[in-house]
Amino acid sequence: MTTAPSAGPATTPVSTSLRAKLAGVTRRRAERDAAEDAADRSILSGHDRRRRGVRASMSGVHVFLFVGLVIAGLGPLLWLAKAAVTPTQDTLSQPFALWPNGIDWANLEQAWNDVHIDQYFLNTLYVAAGSWFFQLLVATTAGYALSVLRPRYAPILNGLVLATLFIPAVVLLVPLYLTILHVPVIDVSLLNSYWAVWLPAAANAFNILLVKRFFDSLPREVFEAARTDGAGPFRVFWSIVLPMSKPILGVVSVFAVIAAWKDFLWPLLVLPDPAVQPLSVRLPAVQSQTELDVFLAALAISTIIPVVLFLIFQRLFLRGAGLGGAVKG
Amino acid sequence: MTMTPTTTDAPPPASAPAPPHAASARPKRSRRRTPMTWLRGGGLWNLAFLAPMLIVFGVFSWWPIARAFVMSFQETNLVSPPTWVWFDNFARVLSDPNLGTAVLNTAYFAALALVFGFPLPIIMAVLMSEVRRGKGLYSALAYLPVVVPPVVAVLLWKVFYNASPDGVFNTVLGWVGIPPQPWLQSSATAMPSLVIEATWAAAGGSIIIYLAALIAVPPELYDAAEVDGAGIWRKIWHVTLPQLRGILFIMLILQIIGTAQVFLEPYLFTGGGPNNATLTVLLLIYRYAFQNSLGGDYGEATALSLMLAIFLGILSWLYFKLTDRWSTN
Repeated sequence: MTTAPSAGPATTPVSTSLRAKLAGVTRRRAERDAAEDAADRSILSGHDRRRRGVRASMSGVHVFLFVGLVIAGLGPLLWLAKAAVTPTQDTLSQPFALWPNGIDWANLEQAWNDVHIDQYFLNTLYVAAGSWFFQLLVATTAGYALSVLRPRYAPILNGLVLATLFIPAVVLLVPLYLTILHVPVIDVSLLNSYWAVWLPAAANAFNILLVKRFFDSLPREVFEAARTDGAGPFRVFWSIVLPMSKPILGVVSVFAVIAAWKDFLWPLLVLPDPAVQPLSVRLPAVQSQTELDVFLAALAISTIIPVVLFLIFQRLFLRGAGLGGAVKG
Repeated sequence: MTMTPTTTDAPPPASAPAPPHAASARPKRSRRRTPMTWLRGGGLWNLAFLAPMLIVFGVFSWWPIARAFVMSFQETNLVSPPTWVWFDNFARVLSDPNLGTAVLNTAYFAALALVFGFPLPIIMAVLMSEVRRGKGLYSALAYLPVVVPPVVAVLLWKVFYNASPDGVFNTVLGWVGIPPQPWLQSSATAMPSLVIEATWAAAGGSIIIYLAALIAVPPELYDAAEVDGAGIWRKIWHVTLPQLRGILFIMLILQIIGTAQVFLEPYLFTGGGPNNATLTVLLLIYRYAFQNSLGGDYGEATALSLMLAIFLGILSWLYFKLTDRWSTN
C-alpha cells in the first residue's frame, strides 16, 4: 500500500531519491499506457459512471474544467493577442471591448522595428541555440564516459556532479558572476559575451543524470560487438550510442531550449549591453519608454514562438513535464 | 559481478559498483597499472570524453561553489584584493533591519503559495483523470501558462493588475459587484497578487506530474475498495491520496524550496515595494550584490545566500526524516 518509502530518503541523497521516484512514476505511466485497454478505470468504476448523480456531476466537471481551463489557460493569451492590435486608449478604457475603434495592425510592425524586437529575438535565438548545443555536448560526452567507458575514477566524478544538485542556485549567483568577470586560468572577462550564458548552462548535473541513466539502460552487447568489429570509442559513441538515444536527447533539448528562453536573472547580470540582451531581459527594460499598445504587441510576439513550439511538440513537452518538475529543486 | 566472458546477457544497469576494468579491452593484463596500460586501456579517450564536463563543471560549478564558502568570510570588491573578515559579513547581514522584513515576506509568500497553489493542481488533476474525453485538450490548456515565458507572464499580469477601475481584473470584479482593488499598489494586497500570478504560472506543471502519478495507481486497489463497499469519497480518501502520498510529499518540499527563492515576481512586479511589502530574501541578496550604490557587497550577499541554503538544507532533512517516519507507519 505504501508508496515505496523503502527507497530510503534518509540514506540516499534527497533530490536523487525524489528524481528516481519521478522517473519511476513516468516509467510506470508508460507501462500503464500500454496496458490501458486491458484495465481502463480510475477512481470511478463503470458502475459508478452509470449512476444518475455521478453522471450529472461528471457533466458538471466537464463544464467546470472546460470553462475554467479556457479562461485561465487560454484567456490571458487571447486577451494579449487582442490587445496587441488594439490602440492604447481602448485597452485602457474598455479592456474587454473587441476593437471599438478599429484594429491597429501597425502596433506589431512598430514593436518589431522600432522597439527592435527583431534584434532581441535574434539574440534570444543565439542564447537558446548555444545553450542547447553545449548542454547536449557536455551531457552526452560525460554520460558516455561515466556510463560506457567508465574509468576507475568515474564514481568520484559522478558523485561530484550529483553533489551540485544539492546546492541551490542562489549560492552560485555571486561567485559565478565574479567568475564570469574574471575567468580563472585564461584571465578573461566573459561579460557581454554569450559564452557567459552558454557555459554555465552546460554545467547542468540533471542533464548528465538523465543521459547517464539512459545510457546505462542500453544493451552492452551492442557495444561489445562493435568493439570486436574494431570500432573505437568515438565510433561507438557517434554511430551507436547517440543514434540509440534520440528519446532522451529530445527531452534534454526541450529542457535546454525552454530554460534558455525563460532565463532572466542570469542574462540580466552577465549581458549588461542592450545590444546583446535577449527578449526576457529587454522587455522589462523597454517598458517605460514604450507605448502600452506597442509594448503589448512586443509581449505577444515574444510569446508566439514558445506557444507554437508547444503546440507542435505537445507530446514531448508533456512527457518531459513529469521529469521537468524535478528540475525545480 | 565478476569478469564476464563475451557471451553474456545484459549486465544489470550500473547501480551496483561495477568492476573497474569492465570497460577495458584486456582486463587480465592490467593487474599492475603503468602509464602504458593506462594508455592502452583507453585512458586518453576517457579524458577526451570527460574534458567538456570537467572544464565546464570545474570553472562554472565546482569552483564557484567552493568560492562561495571562502567569499562569505571575506570582504570582496572588484578593486582591491579580498581580505579576511571572518564572521563580519554574517553579523552585518543579521543586523540588517531589512532582513527580518525579507524573511517574513518570503515566509508569507511561501505560505500563501501553499494555500493557493498546493491543493489546486491536485484537485484539477483528480478531476481531469476522471473525465473520459478531452483529457488531451485539458492537459494542453492547463500547461499553456507554463509555456509563456515568465517575464512575459509577469509583465502581462502587471497590465491586468492595473489599479484603475477600468483595469482588466477590476473590470471583471465590477461585473460581480466587487469594488476595484489596488492590487500591486497597496502593501496589503501586493503579496497576494504576486502569489496569484505565480500560482497561475506554475499550476500546469504540477497538474501534469499529478496526472502521471494518478495513472500509475493500480486499478485493482479501486476494485478491492469497491468490494469492501467504499463509495467515491472513501476511494479518494483511502486509495487515491495514500497512493499519491510519496509524490505529494516531494512536491510540497520542492514547492517550499522554490518559493523560498522567489525573485522574478517581486523584482518585476513591485521591485520589493510598496514600502518593502514584497522584499524577499533573494531580492535582498540581489540588492546587496548588484544594486548597491557603494559597489557590490559580494561578501554579504554570499553570506546571506549560504544562510538561506543551509536553512533549506536543514529544512529538507528534517522534512524527509519526518515524512519517512509517517510513510513507514
